[in-house]
Amino acid sequence: MTSLLEIRKLSRHFDLGSGVVKALDNVSLSLHAGEVLGVVGESGSGKSTLARTVMALDHPTSGTVVLDQRDIFSLGPRALRKARRDFQMVFQDPYGSLNPRHRIGRIIAEPLHLMPDAPKGAERRALVGTLLEDVGLDAADQDRFPHEFSGGQRQRIAIARALITKPRLLVADEATSALDLTVQKQILDLILDLRDRHGISVLFITHNIGVVQEICDRVAVMQHGKLVEVGPTQEVLDAPQQAYTRRLLAAEPRLDVIGRKSRSRP
Amino acid sequence: MRRLPKTLVLGGIITVIMIGAALLSRFWTPADPTGMNIMARLKAPGEVGLLGTDQIGRDVLSIIMSGAWTSLGIASTATLVGGGIGTVFGVMAAAKGGWVERLVMTFNGVLFAFPPILSAILLGALLGPGAVTSMVAIGVFMIPVFARVTRAAAIQIWARDYVKAARMAGKQDTLITLEHVLPNISAQLIVQLAIQTGLGILSEAGLSFLGMGVSPPTPSWGRMLSESQTYLSSAPHLVLAPGLAIAITVLGLNLLGDGLRDLTDPRRRQTT
Repeated sequence: MTSLLEIRKLSRHFDLGSGVVKALDNVSLSLHAGEVLGVVGESGSGKSTLARTVMALDHPTSGTVVLDQRDIFSLGPRALRKARRDFQMVFQDPYGSLNPRHRIGRIIAEPLHLMPDAPKGAERRALVGTLLEDVGLDAADQDRFPHEFSGGQRQRIAIARALITKPRLLVADEATSALDLTVQKQILDLILDLRDRHGISVLFITHNIGVVQEICDRVAVMQHGKLVEVGPTQEVLDAPQQAYTRRLLAAEPRLDVIGRKSRSRP
Repeated sequence: MRRLPKTLVLGGIITVIMIGAALLSRFWTPADPTGMNIMARLKAPGEVGLLGTDQIGRDVLSIIMSGAWTSLGIASTATLVGGGIGTVFGVMAAAKGGWVERLVMTFNGVLFAFPPILSAILLGALLGPGAVTSMVAIGVFMIPVFARVTRAAAIQIWARDYVKAARMAGKQDTLITLEHVLPNISAQLIVQLAIQTGLGILSEAGLSFLGMGVSPPTPSWGRMLSESQTYLSSAPHLVLAPGLAIAITVLGLNLLGDGLRDLTDPRRRQTT
């Protein structure tokens, strides 16, 4: 398999005056086309900085990100805009990621700004409608405002927005963490379904091991900005090679374990 | 049907009456606001005219109406122009950060150090007292007020994920400011506009009271207050009329600001 995304020796340091925080420290990772790669780690492990840097929202201190043979940090503004069609992002908080004053249609069509030849008027409406149906909503929902939707529905809208430029890479930063369990499951199923139908690769950033088990082909474990371990999901979860991964897995409350305990009580 | 906030209705009615009186005074007043009549001086309300007459026999209602034009005109022009400039500074500081933000905030601090009365005295020395002096003095004071409010509100919007989404859509700072930042801080700006216009009216009255506002014979609430001080016990209506006009106008604008804030909250918007 060819790699779609290559993160090469990426570092991002923040100088706080009192000392330097290494949010990312020499991280190298690759993501194959059509693969779902999970990035896990506790709060402050650098996983969100990784997402922001891969999205070119932030510049790395050193190292680079290569997407489809293009080094995104050496592109000029015009070329970067063109490249941005290929990578889009879904955020954690479905309440903060949609402008409350814009109608859904305008929100979903926003990334079309990257495409000078994007459809306008009725054609654009039809495109947005198709996308809404693609993520399980109604085409007519494009005339409504974000506050009329639930958290799960908003996350579907955010996914539709990320899909409008037909990206090859979708970065989901804790995209299901703010949702309750049943809705979380629906959104995960939707992401897997989109992967199968459109061949999108997904970089799934989460602190939830259960979610990783559910959808990721491979998983990367991060701690203090460093990559601790990376491998196929089942191998890493069943036989973690690193002490930190073992601790992280042990700290995760397992539903099956809790269930067994409560059932054993008289 | 949705119900309008009570504050908006009350504030709106007061503001519309004041603006209406100001506009009407350009075409019609019960009597000439500058026409003296020594024979009918210091008449009580109802005796001559609805609000009586002043120390040289001018009709008080006519002066109040013409004074509304002076006050509202100067205060709203100064607030709109000064507020507009301040808003531009504020969104620029929030969007660019770094040295742009430091420069804007330092400039703000310097402007803020000059209260409108002091700038009016300085300007008065340069330009002489008058409407333009009052407008510039009040307007200059509005720049840092709006720059601060705008910057603080805009910084919060810049931290939102929908702004990050807009950046991923390749949008530049200016476009993001126009499409995402300003619409989401407009409610705060409208509230400020109404409240600061109220404060502008107070400042204008203060300047006129000190003799640095519009020159006589142009009617002015502030000057009327200062001129009628000596008649406080013999003709209290001469002090009460401009005093109440100022208080009611400022109250109306504050209520209007609060009501507009409630109304523009998108959570109140009904589904169609």
